[in-house]
Parts: sequence; structure tokens; C-alpha cells
Amino acid sequence: MKGCEGICNITMFNEESYKTLFNNKKNYEDGHDDKKVKSVLEYTKTKEYMEKNFSREAVVINPLKACQPLGAFYAAIGFENTLPYLHGSQGCAAYFRSHFSRHFKEPFPAVSDSMTEDAAVFGGHKNIYEGLKNSYKLYKPEIIGMCTSCMAEVIGDDISSFVNNAKSQGDIPKDVDVVTAHTPSFVGSHITGYDNMLYEFIKYFGDELSAKHEKINVFLGFDTYVGDFTEIKRIFSLFGVEYTIISDPSEMLNSPADGNYKMFRGGTKIEELKKAPGAKGAIFLQTYSMSKTIQHVKNQWGQVARIINPIGLKGFDDLLVAISELTGKEIPEELKSERGKFVDAITDSYYHVYGKRFAVTGDPDIAYGLTRFILELGGEPVHILVTNANKKFTKEMNKLLEEFSKEDSCKVYPEKDMWHLRSLMFVEPVDYLIGNTFTKLVARDTDTPLIRIGFPIFDRHHLHRYPVIGYQGGINLLNWIVNGILEDIDNKTKDSSNFDIVR
Amino acid sequence: MPEKTTVYKDFIEDTLKEYPEKSKKERAKHIAIIEPGDTSCSVKSNKKSLPGVMTIRGCAYAGSKGVVWGPVKDMVHISHGPVGCGQYSWGTRRNYYNGITGINSFGMMQITSDFQEKDIVFGGDKKLSKIIDELEEMFPLSKGISIQSECPIGLIGDDIEAVARKKSEEIKKTIIPVRCEGFRGVSQSLGHHIANDALRDWVYEKDVKGADVEDSKYNVALMGDYNIGGDAWSSRKILEDMGLKVISQSTGDSTLSELANIKKAKLVLLHCYRSMNYVARYLEEKFQVPWLEFNFFGPTQIFQSMRKIAEHFDEKIKERTEYLINEVYGPKLQKITDKYFPKIKGKKVVLYVGGLRPRHIIPAFQDLGAEVIMTGYEFAHNDDYQRTLEYLNDTTIIVDDMTEYELEKTIKKLKPDLFGSGIKEKYQVQKSGVPFRQMHSWDYSGPYHGIDGYEIFAKDVDMAINGYIWKKITPPWEKGA
Repeated sequence: MKGCEGICNITMFNEESYKTLFNNKKNYEDGHDDKKVKSVLEYTKTKEYMEKNFSREAVVINPLKACQPLGAFYAAIGFENTLPYLHGSQGCAAYFRSHFSRHFKEPFPAVSDSMTEDAAVFGGHKNIYEGLKNSYKLYKPEIIGMCTSCMAEVIGDDISSFVNNAKSQGDIPKDVDVVTAHTPSFVGSHITGYDNMLYEFIKYFGDELSAKHEKINVFLGFDTYVGDFTEIKRIFSLFGVEYTIISDPSEMLNSPADGNYKMFRGGTKIEELKKAPGAKGAIFLQTYSMSKTIQHVKNQWGQVARIINPIGLKGFDDLLVAISELTGKEIPEELKSERGKFVDAITDSYYHVYGKRFAVTGDPDIAYGLTRFILELGGEPVHILVTNANKKFTKEMNKLLEEFSKEDSCKVYPEKDMWHLRSLMFVEPVDYLIGNTFTKLVARDTDTPLIRIGFPIFDRHHLHRYPVIGYQGGINLLNWIVNGILEDIDNKTKDSSNFDIVR
Repeated sequence: MPEKTTVYKDFIEDTLKEYPEKSKKERAKHIAIIEPGDTSCSVKSNKKSLPGVMTIRGCAYAGSKGVVWGPVKDMVHISHGPVGCGQYSWGTRRNYYNGITGINSFGMMQITSDFQEKDIVFGGDKKLSKIIDELEEMFPLSKGISIQSECPIGLIGDDIEAVARKKSEEIKKTIIPVRCEGFRGVSQSLGHHIANDALRDWVYEKDVKGADVEDSKYNVALMGDYNIGGDAWSSRKILEDMGLKVISQSTGDSTLSELANIKKAKLVLLHCYRSMNYVARYLEEKFQVPWLEFNFFGPTQIFQSMRKIAEHFDEKIKERTEYLINEVYGPKLQKITDKYFPKIKGKKVVLYVGGLRPRHIIPAFQDLGAEVIMTGYEFAHNDDYQRTLEYLNDTTIIVDDMTEYELEKTIKKLKPDLFGSGIKEKYQVQKSGVPFRQMHSWDYSGPYHGIDGYEIFAKDVDMAINGYIWKKITPPWEKGA
């Protein structure tokens, strides 16, 4: 780096001394010769390799999904004074905490009860007794959100009866709420775990006899953009509608550095959750991360439930219409104006997106919303690859592609991984890739610019602080997409006459 | 009693008082104050973590796949079981390597059997066989495969060893089954041990051949360096400068051939004792290859280690080593120390890390004028604590398997100027207003080993401690600002 005084660890490995060292080391590596490596590299870019790649039935290579308890932790931490608790090996909890901290750049307090071999043989009841006792005494949570690792599920631990035993033998007071969710890692993905924990929370606390009231329940789902929570609150305030966000981790995962670390911040108040069944209606902003929860709210709470993917222009419109219809309130002037401004921004920018080819990846809900927005901008989402997709998702996506008459040029790839995507992007290249940090590997291999949207994002800072839904979110997405494209155009034209001043 | 000791005693007492009685008794055994001249360390270690206390430790899988096997670059490592473990450990340890990922190197990849319910019910051995066939199709240039077991494997009774034997014959490549299920043992540490045993049983005992190496009295193997941020390369530079031939590097940026060839070295140089001492001892016993621990953090230890290593070789190497220390490295590092010492002098540091670092880095901080007032290990054993004593020259608190609760108390009571630990701890510490460096991943910087490493380390410590923002945590309208 030009400004680097002394040694520079961004460029040092390109220096002669290291190049010599690497060459010298090669003599001991017993590697394949460069010609062979080159020929295999070229082979992996072919259609023939792609066919083999797509005929894989057993091995999964670079998938874009994680396991259930990660999602369960995320649901639990959105409730006030709640400690996520994993019944299982301690390594899992360490991994979840690291994963979240790398994305949010925030602490993620959560415990495990450190099951080991003896628990595998005799069951994990003692771990629960001691785990509840220690965590309650040290961290003083009001609620414990307990989920299970695959170990606990394989040995078949009955966690709710262990919790009852712990209470009756006095390990923790009887009035401490412990919500338990079974979250086997070998079923579904992290969004399944999110649903399972959320469902258990609303079942545990949602008092079906609660009095009717005018509030609206809002469920954001496994949404890792903390800015979305702020945007939703703003929109509801502008409507003058009272609401309860069910699971809101936005304070917890966006907390001040003021010299006073607090383990618990913000979150849905349990008093509010208890009243939630009496609400006038519910708005779900994701569907695949909450299928069980949605059914419960519809069937058990008997609530009018509107399921809206709020990403993009139609998403924004649908959200405003739904709030208005549910509450009987007019759409506020300010939001009408914002809608106009959002359309204005799109008219300024869509020319740069129109006809560009995209690969879109992500969890089902965000992938659906982003695909729709790309289509609204005139882009071609030619590869839509979602590892944790189900049949319903594929059906919905195909419907969407048909709506824009793109069913022939664009294709959905459910249950596929990034190694499939790599083949796709060599054989049927795209201009831009949308995805999380892991997708930078395939972006590099195929020399495709990456626009980072999704979870996890480890290698860029602060993106999660912005919303991706509503008016503000729409502007942000447009900003990232259009300016990502313009940056790429500058890079591609820097040595030619069309390195334009105005774009 | 010296004043420091009293303060530290109060701190420990205060920290423990909130625990339930039984847990308090247990935790008390894991924290101690060590005085200069102490010859034994009373800290209990390598015991189960207490349930529910928010231990910072990981699991055996993390120790095997994450630490020891994962960095072996020309082998494909299968995270065998459900999808999560491989996902969370994907590319986050920063083990640098040269090669084309997915073609002749497989480091930054997440290859998993993605267990579904039916695999749990009917067993995963058939699937594993098929996975190996598919990996052969996808990655023809791989030199071998390792099977990194996740929790369910050991619980459902799969016979991965049988699969490994059978498939290895079929595909004519080394396949290494590793029983590193996360529930085994009490921490990452057993994962290291299991990984070492797998190396012993499936590489050396099976007589896997490495490439031919020209015999030389200067042949050495660099072991237990995971090349985090390029550490092993920076260390290797010194060894080559000294006139030694590094015929094998493990396991950072290493190959299967390099692993097989460790036994051809005249001397094994061991950096991380905790994670690879088992194989070092085995090679000594079986092939009579001596091993030597060394420390390439900071000038004091680098020079001491260089001389210690040179002792094992002839006059030529010894002379060259003295020349390097006195004429080349010495003056170079002195300049760096002179530059940063005034800015770091007297600062109090707390370390809580894994492996070798809680002791190895202490002298590097001292070279820069800082004082390590407390140090702790996630997964050390008694021999690590014994080794720590020689690194201490003042009253120091030693902690084993610290909990997040104890960490919070440490920040409040001891008010360090710098905290060095991991990603889970980082943001809690920073929000408390204390500068922090991740000392596992070098906080996305490094290398910190060797001559190049010291300069980067010094720069980073200065940057962390003296950042303007740390003086502005308290707003101007509040008292004490």
C-alpha cells in the first residue's frame, strides 16, 4: 500500500522474498505440475464437468445454509432479558456465537450445558440441572430459550421434563420461564430452527384468552438487517398504528459502546407477547422462516394474517396496503411521498440494471425479494440458487418469473450449493452475483463482481445496520446494486476512452 | 503481602462469590496468583467446563478439523454429519495457503455430508462411500481425504474406519477417518490429540510415502504452525536465512507429502506444543527424530530460540545465526522497538487465548514495554501451566477455562489497557471501553511470528491501545470525561 510505512501485510506476500520462499517450498510439496493443474482448472469450467457436478447425490460442497439451533438462538435473543441456551456440546454454542459476532460485530451472549461422553451414555439431564442453575445465578435472565444440538436429539433427551425436574428440585425458581424447542441439525436449516423457537415462544406465552385490542403483530422472521426493525417501527408510527414486533433483536445487536456493557438490551416484552393473541391482525414479512408460526397464529389465535415479502417496489406497496386494510387507516401522506421518491430513484437508475444478467443467492425469503426487485429494475436473474429451498419456494419463484415472462431465460435451483453455482457461472456466465460473504469465493473463481446482500456478511462492515425493506430499504438496495454496477463499469473502462465523468 | 497480590486476591474472591456454592468451589481451583519464583502452578486444568457458565471453549471437531487437519491443503476434508459445523468453521481461522482452491488445494471449502434424518436412522456409511466417489470425480487432483466426525457419527454406530479402508484401496489415495465428535473430551484439546493419533495411525503406521527429499544434515521440519495470517512463512524465512532446509511444514500450508516427510527431518521444530506434541513424541520414539520447542514472538524469544536451534547444528549455522542476530535482525528489530516502546510502555495487558499464545506472547509484549497482568488458557493441560512459569517475572493471575462472567469482572476490576482474546469476547470488551485485539486470528492482520511479524504486531498493539476513540468512550457531559 502506498501509505504503508515499513512492512505492509496487504502486499507483503507478493514481494520477492516471499515469492522465492514459496518457490522453494514447492520443491517439498509434491504438488502436481502446473500444466496438469491448469488443464484440470479448465476442465472444471466445462459443460461436461457441470453435468457431473449436477449429478452429485451425496456430497454437498460449499452450501449456503447453516443448522437449526443457530436460527433458534436468533429467535430467542429477540425477547427481553432472554438467554439463549443450547442443550448439547459446548462447541456448537461457541460456533453460533462466533458466527453472529463476525456478522454483527456485536457480542452474542448465549450458553450451552457442555454435554460430553457421559451425557451421551446416561442422558443429559444432569447437564440441564446444573446448566440452568449456573446460568440463572450468574446471568440472571428472566427467560431461558432452550434448544437442542444434534447430539441431544440423537440420544433423544426429553428436555421439557428435565426442565420440570430442575424446577421441582429447586435448581431454578419455578417462575423462571424456560421455553424449549427441539432443533435437530439434520432437519431443515437455520430458518427451520428460527421457526421452531419462535413457535415455542408464541405457544408458551401467547395467552389465547387475552382481551381483544387494536394492535398489529409484526413478525420479521430471520431478518439479519437490524435497520429493518427501525424502518418497520418508523412506518407504523407514521400510520399511527400500534404494533408489537414479535422477536426484535435490533437493540441487542446494535448496542452502544459507552463503557457499560449490558448483557440484555431491548427485545419484545413478554407482557406484550402475552397480549399478542388478542391483536387485530398479524403481518408476516417472511414466509419460509416462519411456516409453523404462521399456521399457529392463523389457526390457534384465529388472526387475519397477511404474509408480505416487503423487498422492492411491490413489496413496499403491498406492505402499505396491508397495514391500511388491516387497520382501516389511510396510507399517510409522508409514505405516499416516499413511494414517489422511491419510484423516482428507480427511474434515475434502472437503465444501468436493465438487461444485466444476475445470479441471486440467499435464504428463500430474501432471495425471493431480491429476485423480484431485480426483475422490477429490468434485470435478468438467470440463476436463482437457494440451498435451503423447498418445493413451495420453487413454485412461487416460477410464478414470479412467469409474471415477468422470464420463465425461459431464468431458472430456479433449489437445494443446490455454491459448487453447482460455480459450474453454472462458468457455463452460463452472468454480469453480477448477489450473495453473502461466502459467495465471494465463486465471484473470484468466475471473475464476477459481487454485490453483498444477505447473511452472513463477515468481510464488510455496517451493511447490516441499514434496512433492506420499506422505502429506506429500497433506496439502500438500489444504491448497492446500481453503484456496484457503476463501480464495475469504472473498473472495466479505466484504461479506455469511455471512462466517463457522468454516468 | 505485596500490594498487587492483595488486589488480585480481592479480585478473585469478588469474581467467585456470585457462583452457586458447588460451582464456586470448582472454579476456585482454576484461578491462581503466581508469584515470581514459584516452581509449580496450582491451576487445575483439562477438566469439564461447568454447564451453563458460558465457557469460551470449543469442541473436539474444532480441534481436529478446525486446527490440525483443516489446513492440510491438498487433501479434501469432509465435515461428516449435519451441515452446521463445517459452515461455522469455513475459512475463519485464516490458515493461509498457496494453490488454486477447488483444483489442487481445498482449504477454504466447506465439504459436508449434510446429514438428513434418514442418515441418522439408517446410518451414514453408504452415503460416505458415495461421497468419496463423488469427490474423486469433482476433485481429481486431491492427494487424499480426511473424514472429520461430527457428534452424531459416534452415537449412531457408523464404521467410518471400514469405509476409509475399503475406499482407500479403491481410489488408491490416503483416506483418514478421524473420531473427533464434538462431545468427546472437555475442549478442543482432545480433538488435537485425536487428530495426532489419526496422523500416527493412518499416515506413519500405514507408511504413506512422501516425495523424495535430498538428505542433508540441515533438514528440519517446522511443526505446529498453522500459518495464521502467514505466520509459518514468516518463521520459515528465519530458518532458511539461518541456512536450514525446511523440508516440511505442518499443518499450515502443508501437504500430505510434507506430513509424511516430517520423520525425515534431523530436527523437528515445534511451535504449538499443545496441538502437536503427541505426534512429535511418537516420531521421536519410533523414528528417533528429536524435537525442540521454540518461540518466534518478539526479539527476545526469537533470538533465544534461534540460538537454541543453532545449538543442534554445526559452526557454520551457529556463526550465521550470530551474524543474523547481531548484524541484521537485531538492529532491524531494535528500530521497531525504539519506535513503539514509548507509546506502549507500562500498559497493562490481559490475555485469554488457546494453545501456546497465553505464554509465548508475553515476552513480545514485554519487548514493547507492556506488562501482562493476567493470562489464561482455554484448553491447556498441566504441562502448559508448568511451561508458563518460566515466562512470568512478576505477580500474575492465571486462569483456566475462563467464563464470560469472569471476563466481565476482569474488565471492571483490573481495567486493563488491552485485552487479547477471541471473536466472542471482542465486542463485549470494546463496549466496556477497553481496547481489544483478537489473538487467535490476529484480528484479520498478521503474521505476528518472526521478524516481519514483530513489526506488524508492534504496529497493531500501538494502534489498539492508542486509538483516539478509546479516550472518548465517556461523553463530555458526563462526569469523569
